[in-house]
Amino acid sequence: MPDNVLEIRDLVVEYHTDDAHIYAVNGVSLNVKKGETIGLVGETGAGKTTIAKSILRILQSPPAKICSGSIMFDGADLMKLSEKEMQHIRGNKIAMIFQDPMTALNPIETVGFQIEEAIRLHNKISRVEAVRRACEMLEMVGIPAERYKEYPHQFSGGMKQRVVIAMALACKPMLLLADEPTTALDVTIQAQVLEMMNDLKTKLNTSVILITHDLGVVANMCDSVAVVYAGEIVEYGTAEDIFDRTAHPYTVGLFNSLPRLNTTERRLKPIKGLMLDPTIKPPGCRFSDRCPEATEKCCKQPPPDVEVSPGHIVKCWLRGGSN
Amino acid sequence: MPPLLEVKNLKKYFNTKGGMLHAVDDISFTLDAGKTLGVVGESGCGKTTLGRTILHLLDVTSGQILFEGRDITYPKKKELMKLREDMQIIFQDPYSSLDPRQSVKETIMEPLLIQGKLSKAECEKKAKELMDTVGLAARFENAHPHELDGGRRQRIGIARALALGPKFIVCDEPVSALDVSIQAQIINLLLDLQESLGIAYMFVTHDLSVVKYISNDIMVMYLGQMVEKASSDELFANPIHPYTQALLSAIPIPDIHNKTKRIILKGELTSPINPKPGCRFRPRCIYATEECEQPQVLTEPLPNHFVACCKCSELLNNRRNTQ
Repeated sequence: MPDNVLEIRDLVVEYHTDDAHIYAVNGVSLNVKKGETIGLVGETGAGKTTIAKSILRILQSPPAKICSGSIMFDGADLMKLSEKEMQHIRGNKIAMIFQDPMTALNPIETVGFQIEEAIRLHNKISRVEAVRRACEMLEMVGIPAERYKEYPHQFSGGMKQRVVIAMALACKPMLLLADEPTTALDVTIQAQVLEMMNDLKTKLNTSVILITHDLGVVANMCDSVAVVYAGEIVEYGTAEDIFDRTAHPYTVGLFNSLPRLNTTERRLKPIKGLMLDPTIKPPGCRFSDRCPEATEKCCKQPPPDVEVSPGHIVKCWLRGGSN
Repeated sequence: MPPLLEVKNLKKYFNTKGGMLHAVDDISFTLDAGKTLGVVGESGCGKTTLGRTILHLLDVTSGQILFEGRDITYPKKKELMKLREDMQIIFQDPYSSLDPRQSVKETIMEPLLIQGKLSKAECEKKAKELMDTVGLAARFENAHPHELDGGRRQRIGIARALALGPKFIVCDEPVSALDVSIQAQIINLLLDLQESLGIAYMFVTHDLSVVKYISNDIMVMYLGQMVEKASSDELFANPIHPYTQALLSAIPIPDIHNKTKRIILKGELTSPINPKPGCRFRPRCIYATEECEQPQVLTEPLPNHFVACCKCSELLNNRRNTQ
């Protein structure tokens, strides 16, 4: 499809260590449309970050190994590009914002230089022009250009994350991977940063993959949502599909686990048990041991992707009826 | 009957190179047996320091702490030992708050052995009972922390805190390091324990939806000072202080139909080192005038609803007029 910026097909990533094989990503397929914000939601260890890092091919290998799958971006399969071609894409056409702004910046360079560096690496322009554009980027994320020559330690957490965002957007990427961009920030600062990201996204028409575990952030930011559990997308749909017509038992469980501001109930309904051990490859559904509705079939055969309504896909035996 | 815990004008200052850091500045409150006080605020507002000062993990700078009517502000060593039976803490990070070389059983037994009232065999029996209380399977008694996941580790921390049968527990962000589905399990456990054992909690957190859920009263802190305190329902229904209003509006709500207008605060927390007199929220407040440069006093504009803001009657009137 021409309006897809990114198409992931059957991505499988494993970590091979001395002790075990860890099945991190198990056959993930995902499309990202132009200008869309898609949320990847899931718990720690679900494989969200591994998916993002696979796209940029920045997984440390070994232990990580991309076993199969294709990632089509801008007319090419990223899996087949040479390292040099990848360097041209990283930070230029696809940029990433990391979770922790405290460690994502180089402490011994000025913040302005770090933005300028990204611009000069990917564009053949003069230093003066690059500095001018870096200043523009700083202003755009709400930092006065006078602070160009300051070092990361002179900034607070929220300001550092703005610098990281300015760096990521400096080359006007087609796709932005935001890995928990506000998790390390306080709630009032988080509100500032999210609002700014929304503005910038509209201004630059960038597609965003937003990785988060916070369904509140998803509700505020995303057009569509993919719920990830144990390395699989268990439910995919528009934000309305996920929030109003929640289908997969895991997604239902996630919503029930959240303390709501508008209820008077005195007990939460957590999902029982723990996340599947990633070194195990069960024959059936990966959620079956925690699922309140699991049947014998769920434990024995891998569930199909069922399209419960147009564009709303659920990986479950119990939704959709066809046996 | 006196309240279980009464804190009067508590101050904790730290002497730093840059000057006096006012971490906790003139905090007063009371807490009854079996109730929960939620303490919320952003990182660096002094909420953890407050909890630790009350437990005497830090020394008091000035003020008074009364426990069941006894003055425990400056306890002698023996008194402190006795006090530990009544007051305990659950730490934020279940990874660093456990001794990696002690087994689960040893960790839970340690406070009992230190107290020296039971024989070793009795301690072991008690430890097993405690594991059962917090929902840890007996097969884990010889396991070490690295073998367990975050939720189970936090259960060890809770069992250890319960070992001496305390009347009051400071819960310092006990669920913020956990995933939502596990978080819900731990919150339910804490609520169950409160119901069956009648423990009072001081629940310190930055997660406002959790605090609403678990608390009877909520105290909002900003830069070491209490800016607002009310019952949980009242505070969320009727926030008066401009900071509380902004804080509550910044919570990302997991509902796509929620279109309440967010109040985006400008700027960030200022330094708590040698703060100027007057309202500390002033630089970020949209209502700030010259009047706010005077020290703020705590008033009670509505019954049992305390606010430290000289504009509060004005704000209340504005709201009545708009409604």
